[in-house]
Amino acid sequence: MITVFAVFLLTLLVITAVAIVRTENLFIAVMLAAIFSLLMAANFFILDAADVALTEAAVGAGVTTVIFLSALALTASQERAKPSARMLSVGVVSVTVVVLLYATFDKPRLGDPNAPVQQHVAPWYLEQTPELIDIPNVVTAVLASFRGYDTLGEVFVVLAACIGVLFVLSAGTSGGPQPVRPETPGLRHHLIPKVVGRLLVPFIILFGLYVQFHGEYGPGGGFQAGAIIATAFILHALLEGESAGLRAIPRSALLTMAAGGAIIYAGVGILTMLLGGSFLDYSVLHSNSVKGQQYGIIAIEAGVGITVCGALLAIFHAFAAREQS
Amino acid sequence: MNFSEHLPALQVVVPLLSAPLIVLLRSNGLAWAAATATSLMAFAIAVAITLGVLDGQTFPYSMGGWPAPYGIALGVDSFSAILLLIVSGASSFALLGGRPSLNSQIEAHRQPLFYAAWMLALAGLSGIVVTADAFNIFVFMEISSLASYVLIAGGPDRRALPSVFKYLVMGTIGATFYLIGIGLVYMMTGTLNLADMEVRIQGVADQSPILVAAGFITIGLALKAAVFPLHAWLPNAYTYAPHMVTVFLAACATKVSLYVLLRFDFFVFQQNLAGHAFQFATFLMPLAVLAVVVASAYALFERNLKRLLAFSSVAQIGYILLGASLVSTAGLTASGLHVFNHALAKGTLFLAVACLAMRFSSLHLQDLSGAAKSMPLTMAAFCIAGLSLIGVPGTAGFISKWYLIGAALNEGALGIGLAVIIVLSSLMAVVYIWRVVEAAYFHTPNTSAVNIKEAPRELLIITLLAALANIYFGVNSAVPVALASDAANLLMGHLQ
Repeated sequence: MITVFAVFLLTLLVITAVAIVRTENLFIAVMLAAIFSLLMAANFFILDAADVALTEAAVGAGVTTVIFLSALALTASQERAKPSARMLSVGVVSVTVVVLLYATFDKPRLGDPNAPVQQHVAPWYLEQTPELIDIPNVVTAVLASFRGYDTLGEVFVVLAACIGVLFVLSAGTSGGPQPVRPETPGLRHHLIPKVVGRLLVPFIILFGLYVQFHGEYGPGGGFQAGAIIATAFILHALLEGESAGLRAIPRSALLTMAAGGAIIYAGVGILTMLLGGSFLDYSVLHSNSVKGQQYGIIAIEAGVGITVCGALLAIFHAFAAREQS
Repeated sequence: MNFSEHLPALQVVVPLLSAPLIVLLRSNGLAWAAATATSLMAFAIAVAITLGVLDGQTFPYSMGGWPAPYGIALGVDSFSAILLLIVSGASSFALLGGRPSLNSQIEAHRQPLFYAAWMLALAGLSGIVVTADAFNIFVFMEISSLASYVLIAGGPDRRALPSVFKYLVMGTIGATFYLIGIGLVYMMTGTLNLADMEVRIQGVADQSPILVAAGFITIGLALKAAVFPLHAWLPNAYTYAPHMVTVFLAACATKVSLYVLLRFDFFVFQQNLAGHAFQFATFLMPLAVLAVVVASAYALFERNLKRLLAFSSVAQIGYILLGASLVSTAGLTASGLHVFNHALAKGTLFLAVACLAMRFSSLHLQDLSGAAKSMPLTMAAFCIAGLSLIGVPGTAGFISKWYLIGAALNEGALGIGLAVIIVLSSLMAVVYIWRVVEAAYFHTPNTSAVNIKEAPRELLIITLLAALANIYFGVNSAVPVALASDAANLLMGHLQ
């Protein structure tokens, strides 16, 4: 049954992808991309990767769509197609697909317990996590501790993206304090979105906090929580107008959040070095090494959440500010 | 753990952590000072690591205290030491001398973000070099790429934006190909640690996914390294970037991707895939030769000084690849040496370009007429670095060309052909460098260029120091030769 459903979802995925390539209206492409992400999230969920599914749904379908739409508001909505290069691209993509298909002929069967991925490091993670870190969600243990250095890198990728967008979009501005703009109405004159939206915002934030602090026990963690909380604030800004959104969290605070979360994460690493361990070896944070691991994971997850939330909001407001000037 | 054991981690963490701190500084003088201090610290760490490596240390490090392959391991050898030196060295030189140039090109209020991106690029490139984990390479590749796009887009020239967009699309495709390759290898081995991967691939019965993975990883990294014909993003990206960014990235960015390519190929694939050394050579050698010949030819006819040097970079990547494609100790020694010496030569050339750009509004050759009259020291530095690029005895470039020709001649008839091509392309380098020299020394200055002074003092001093380094390492090449030959032995030692 699950196989039938997976095939159905994957078929939809291919159809959506083809539609994205074919459409020349970029608004349609963005909407289809959001659908693509949702389908992808469903696929991840079928493959039992609930953490990845949650991230894909929050970031891919949610925040990315808003950012794409903000970018479209600054540019045109119709693609200027250059048909000349199309045949070459189709050729390159086809060759890549054929080669990839060839590689999958010898692929282990999906879910095969004897596959190399199930035989080598994965069993060690499953066996050792209860003993060394003692949290139920092994994904969080791998992500935050065993491979915590990769996750640190990912946080800095988010920070780099934030720095990049703010830097590029600040070209040609004076750099002084942003001029006071007339109040933007947002969606305030639409009664239904306003009432429903206002009701939703606190619950979304609450859910985000749950995802943040429940990451050790179930699917979730800083990346997902940061994205969800950012979504709540973006919704607020869309409903009440951008200036109201900036009154809630000012621009400078957003940049401080994006940088501060990264500092918290790397700072934990420096602290463990000073306490005599390796970089990011949380065991030294407490006399009991398991407790130390848990403290470390909570601290770095907080850093991740703060950076992701701050960076996404800063990017959103950078686009929105550009729209009005 | 004592301090020296932490060195490989600090090499990455120090610049990484400085980036968010610089974002918070919000004052451009402080941001520059913090970035320069961090970069110098990174250079000091790189020197300390190099001294340790020359002593035979390998600096193994387990991130988070977890042993490989469960955690992420770092490790340094002589090959990494060369790369660490040029990455942190180029960054330090560019930042130390580059303040006047950067101030003239980056608006004051954008500078803290710019320097933060610079630190992220430095941390990303160093992170790629020191890690021993395939996925970790990808993560730091993302950091360094994103930061490089930002840096290149930073200049006042609006043409930087389309060129950086092209670079972004190409770079993302390259990174995706690399990731697909890693995914395939992970599927068949269940590990991400490079050393562990090598061992476990031997037990894989069906090798076709590994073969496809090798293809994807090679092409992805070749795209990032601007290996001919995948270099299309490079000339414009280098041309329209702020001058100091060109100094930094032209000296080291593509070489780091080449480093990963060689490391992956020699450590993971060569002895596991039947006939792979032969495939590697027959695939890459023609590309290397074409890069050397075609890109040099482009440089011959280019009128914009920066794009001329950028095409020359594509040709130099060809030399590095040519040495490696011989799959011999001598060839790899030449490659390792050329990574170091080309970074010196091209870094100095772009520093001199930055000096010229402080006084000339256009970098087209006809607009630089008579530049040597008003800026004799800058042009002297340019000439020294140009000679080094050509490979004239007494300069660093000569050492690597000498080793490269020697390595080629070991290969019999084919080698003689290669040696001829190397000599011919060096003559082409003579011509394109001469065109600049001719314009600067022998053409009468434009009327507008009469009152031009030398470049600002700090920039000029750094440029001259860099030029002197070209001579120093041309006369006194013991350290780079020792590092490069040790690196070659390591890579080749893996094949037995």
